[in-house]
Amino acid sequence: MTFATAPFLEGLMKNKTKAVYDKYNIKWGYFFISIWVIGFILWYLIPMIASLVFTTLDFNLATPDKNQFVGLQNWGRIFLDPEVLPSIYKVFSFAMISLPITFLFSFLVSVLMNTKNLMGRSVFRALFYLPTMVPLVAVVLIWQGVLNNQAGWINLFLENVLHIKAIGADGIRWLNDPKIIYFTYTLFGLWGIGNSMLIFIAGLQNVPAQLYEAATVDGAGPFRQMVHITVPIITPIIFYNLTIALIGLLQYFLVPYVLNNGSGAPEGKTNFLMVYFYRQSFNYFNMGYGATLAWMIFLIAFVLTLMLFWSSKKWVYYGGSDK
Amino acid sequence: MSYLTRPSQWWKNMIFLVGTIILISAFLMPLIYGITTSLKSEIQISTANAPLLPSSSDTIDIDGTVYPVVRVPQEDGSYKEMVLFKKGRQSSQLLELDDLNGTPIEWQGNWRVLDRQWVRDFQWKNYKTAWDTIDFMRLLFNTFKYALISTFGAVFSGALVGYGFARFKFPGKKILFMLVMATIILPPSVTLIPTYAFFYRIGWVGTWLPIIIPTLFGNGYNVFLLRQFFMGIPKELDEAARIDGASPLRIYFSIVLPQAIPGLTAVGLFHFFYCWNDFFGPLIYLAGQPDKFPISVGLSSFNGLYSQQVHLIQAASIISAIIPFIVFIVAQKVFLRGVVISAVDK
Repeated sequence: MTFATAPFLEGLMKNKTKAVYDKYNIKWGYFFISIWVIGFILWYLIPMIASLVFTTLDFNLATPDKNQFVGLQNWGRIFLDPEVLPSIYKVFSFAMISLPITFLFSFLVSVLMNTKNLMGRSVFRALFYLPTMVPLVAVVLIWQGVLNNQAGWINLFLENVLHIKAIGADGIRWLNDPKIIYFTYTLFGLWGIGNSMLIFIAGLQNVPAQLYEAATVDGAGPFRQMVHITVPIITPIIFYNLTIALIGLLQYFLVPYVLNNGSGAPEGKTNFLMVYFYRQSFNYFNMGYGATLAWMIFLIAFVLTLMLFWSSKKWVYYGGSDK
Repeated sequence: MSYLTRPSQWWKNMIFLVGTIILISAFLMPLIYGITTSLKSEIQISTANAPLLPSSSDTIDIDGTVYPVVRVPQEDGSYKEMVLFKKGRQSSQLLELDDLNGTPIEWQGNWRVLDRQWVRDFQWKNYKTAWDTIDFMRLLFNTFKYALISTFGAVFSGALVGYGFARFKFPGKKILFMLVMATIILPPSVTLIPTYAFFYRIGWVGTWLPIIIPTLFGNGYNVFLLRQFFMGIPKELDEAARIDGASPLRIYFSIVLPQAIPGLTAVGLFHFFYCWNDFFGPLIYLAGQPDKFPISVGLSSFNGLYSQQVHLIQAASIISAIIPFIVFIVAQKVFLRGVVISAVDK
């Protein structure tokens, strides 16, 4: 340690008991973060307060002179609106199908990409990541073609190679059958596993090799090693990926919008919360009600995140760290 | 002795390799479908039992008129290629391929039951048609303009703020940083309506400004990533420079930033792809202004207008993916490292 850094070290030591700030740090610290503080006030703080005020208004941008205070009516409307609760239910039904499948697929691919037995892992890794680079609108359009009932390759394959009745009105209508539409949307989602896969792989690489060696000596097979070593150690990663995925799903919008313009087809199954929010706010310009819906999305996300963080104490393992 | 040479190990490796190849083929199959379909002709797409790969029906030019070549079933069960000279419901006239000037042979049956003779043919012109129909040049220009300005601003501001959080100690830092993290998981819809109403009032709706300006103030995700990066850079150099009397701005620009170039590149790439994909903002702020659309919204409205032209939709989709592909391949290492730092090195 050089002489010059000694005062800094002293400062650090004192910091343990009570924070001491010098003028230099205060002045320049605030200077560097000032642009973010301004942005936070302008684009987060004020809009959030304004949004809360909006929930008490009947506010329509198209007819500004008719705006009026309605108290808690918008909140009451949420519970009476026959579309809101079903739209929440639909988001969660979709999540119940999509999350486990996507998660398991991403995890298994990551394990495969981390297997020593596999040659050319870096090439495969790049190939599995590749579809994540395709713009989401293009992903939807490509899958819309490949899942086409008559001419899509998937139905052609099922019909002609596996001899399953897939083509035709009584075949598999991937995009129009309300019973399987969530599964179809899940397929689109598999093309976006790139980031969660990389994060999983990084986590898998951080599992200490001695643990596996010890387990092998004790006679534990690959499956037991997976359940008792790998999974517990990467729970923080699972937790991170889960949080990101849940918050993303609550705002699921682009796929149904590109496929059916937010009409909810087939049979209203894709009338998700965010789709309904868009329709109220930007088709009907009911901004007061829209703001209320937005707050509801926020509250659901907030409660879910809190529940995740709270439950994480029980199942997430932070190995040896002071957390 | 290396255990790799054991035969059982070799078999295991081969099973893994073949299995992975099958898996990745299935995984990327839609992409192959997209490329293949983008090279087909409209006739091939609308014809039942047409071949899987891009082909066009064989034709023959007789005295300036183009006639299709069809496969005519023969009595012995084989097929004979003939020219369909005159289409008819009850009977059609056919010509022998080697006797084009001879008298047409009368064939009993609807011409529609005859299969066409297909020859491998790639319709590269679909790409040109799609490019012109969707006005890709303008979409590309709009997207690039947005992505470049926004990326530059986001990296510049994100780095400033990230550095502030990484290197200085000031009151309230912990709470402020928690707020930074909170903005990452905050659903954007909460702030959307007042922000929209505000931009509407000042007349910015219908321009790119409401989409670009808010990204210039240091977005939570970028701030977080860059803070992680700066914390990994040793302090000794900046401290020595401070003793020498360099101002923090000077230290920042001439000592710290050059060391953080990998981080800045990763964040820049992320933000660039974010802009490339951004859909909701342009959708609401540029509604009804097709000449200002970025690629994402342009592609979506193209899909609505030309839903029957599957080959053009696939061609347009593939075009829109090419630039991200190229950037990804060129900058793969930096990019992939950035993703990992964001989650693991907390």
